Amino acid sequence: MSAGTPEGWRRLHPLSPVVRGGRATIAIFILLIPIAFGGDTLGHATPQFAVIAVIVLAGVVSWLVTRWRIDDDDLRIETGLLRRQSLRFPLAQVQAIDVVRPGLARLFRVAELRLRMAGSSGGTARLAYVAEHEVEPLRDELLALARGARHDKAAPAAGPESVRPLREEHVLATVGTGPLIASILLENWWLVLILVALLVGLGISPHTVAGLLVGGGFVWALSTVTFVWRRFNQQYRLTVAEGPDGLHLRGGLVALTAEVIRPGRVQAVRLVEPALWRPLGWCRVEVDIAGRQRRKGEGEAQRGQLHALIPVGTRSLGVELVDRLLPDRPRELSRPPRRVFWKSPFRYRALNWGRSETCVATTSGRLRRVTSWVPLEKVQSLRHVQGPVQRRLSLASVHVDTAGRAAHATLRDRDAAEAATALGELTDLARTARRRHEVA
Amino acid sequence: MSSTLGSSQGPIAQLGERRAGSAKVAGSSPAGSIAVGVEPEEWQTPSRQLLTLRRLEVGVPALLVAIALAVAGALSGSGVAYGFAATALIVGALLWRFVGRRFGSWGYAEREDDLLIRRGVMFARLSVVPYGRMQFIDVTAGPLERAFGLATVRLHTAAAATDARIPGLEREEAARLRDSLAELGEAQAAGL
Repeated sequence: MSAGTPEGWRRLHPLSPVVRGGRATIAIFILLIPIAFGGDTLGHATPQFAVIAVIVLAGVVSWLVTRWRIDDDDLRIETGLLRRQSLRFPLAQVQAIDVVRPGLARLFRVAELRLRMAGSSGGTARLAYVAEHEVEPLRDELLALARGARHDKAAPAAGPESVRPLREEHVLATVGTGPLIASILLENWWLVLILVALLVGLGISPHTVAGLLVGGGFVWALSTVTFVWRRFNQQYRLTVAEGPDGLHLRGGLVALTAEVIRPGRVQAVRLVEPALWRPLGWCRVEVDIAGRQRRKGEGEAQRGQLHALIPVGTRSLGVELVDRLLPDRPRELSRPPRRVFWKSPFRYRALNWGRSETCVATTSGRLRRVTSWVPLEKVQSLRHVQGPVQRRLSLASVHVDTAGRAAHATLRDRDAAEAATALGELTDLARTARRRHEVA
Repeated sequence: MSSTLGSSQGPIAQLGERRAGSAKVAGSSPAGSIAVGVEPEEWQTPSRQLLTLRRLEVGVPALLVAIALAVAGALSGSGVAYGFAATALIVGALLWRFVGRRFGSWGYAEREDDLLIRRGVMFARLSVVPYGRMQFIDVTAGPLERAFGLATVRLHTAAAATDARIPGLEREEAARLRDSLAELGEAQAAGL
């Protein structure tokens, strides 16, 4: 890798401003359309050109003032023209590293490197963009440094030569295109329903439908199409593999992502079975890693999304995967008392929980069944809650909080005595698990 | 382990001591399992100043509204305004009582490895926050709290859902708690 500036400081790829302003680039073309079609003289397009000039200039300046380097066990990024920012990301705290290649970036053969950090204030370190041929070695180097930094704090000076990454991996699952499309449509069946209704309506009375579309319906339709597309784009041919440096996830149609989740960084595992998937015996397995839900600088696609290990797969495959992640998961779940029917008539059958020495499992959801597992060494806090209705029925819930984004385990509506017992047991088991983990 | 197993002194029974229904809960409690047992005297409560503050917060507005309505009634001579004034007083009285009960529900206990916080009348909550999981602690005091010499201690873990705060601590107690928690947190800190 080339050292552009003194003392090992490096710049991002020169094409970064172009790719980074991907949407702006498209917007520029849209701005130019009136000129192309209207046959206008360029004189009329002065405001458009001014906007373009500002965007281009901003991009170039931002590229010029940004530089990064790897210190012993930190990644440092300096950026900002007026408000200089110097960011330091300790590699030992990296939860996962993503390599993201949006369509435009692939065109220009660059890729973005994203380091997901733990903690509420850490944020995500983004190197957008790095040349394609440099990104993989860079990721491996960062991972190796993170590993070294974690194991052996006393000697952080281990150079990248001494910690060569291990490349072999073991593919666990790949998702087919057919099931993926079917699963997305089945999970969002109401979207399909509305779409079909619109089409039928278009046949019967085009005017009403056209009116609907103009009156806000169009925006809605566009956003749902974007949503479905994004999901498809992200999960297309997703492959999950297990390597020595963690779980590898690769996939994508236009935007390619490759992600490495470091071992022991999984906060929770979820197995989701939407209503219409169940007859087919399908499920989705998601893992949750530390970090807050919405972060500045993260793309739309990352918002509130869990990492789908397999976006769709058979239940047996899902269970196998969960077993691999949590070998000591609880096998037997216990049901809530019958009187829960009076509080939650629909889902009381679905509310189960169980625990082993190292893991707690809960299920919920009548239609969309979700099974969550939380390794006890990842428990952040426990909450026992009893509402007025629960008090009358002598029930209580115990919440198991994790540092993840969305997956939590909740022992909902248990017998009050059972909940109290569970709270005590889980507190003790979590402490033991944490200690064991610290020693290991 | 608690020595009070089998009686109605489980942590949850303590949460709802005022309730008649708790006896039947404790009756079915399997012995030797409740490990979060905390003796009633181990629970520490916020300062009584907090009760005064909370009561003023509901009492003063209620009284002012009632007086304003009564004056309006006297000026216009309509009985409806007096009715509203009386309603305001009754609502104020109810809130006064509720505030008292809510104050009574607050409590915290520092144990060897974790901090327990209980609160809530309608929704009774008991949080267990291990010291090793605390990321940072902040102590805040609003203008009214400051006037009463009080402060709120809030604990943050890596989980967004963790909801652990103790309001209405006297300033020295808040500082002591903050320091002791910070120290314990540092000693037991666990990675994510």
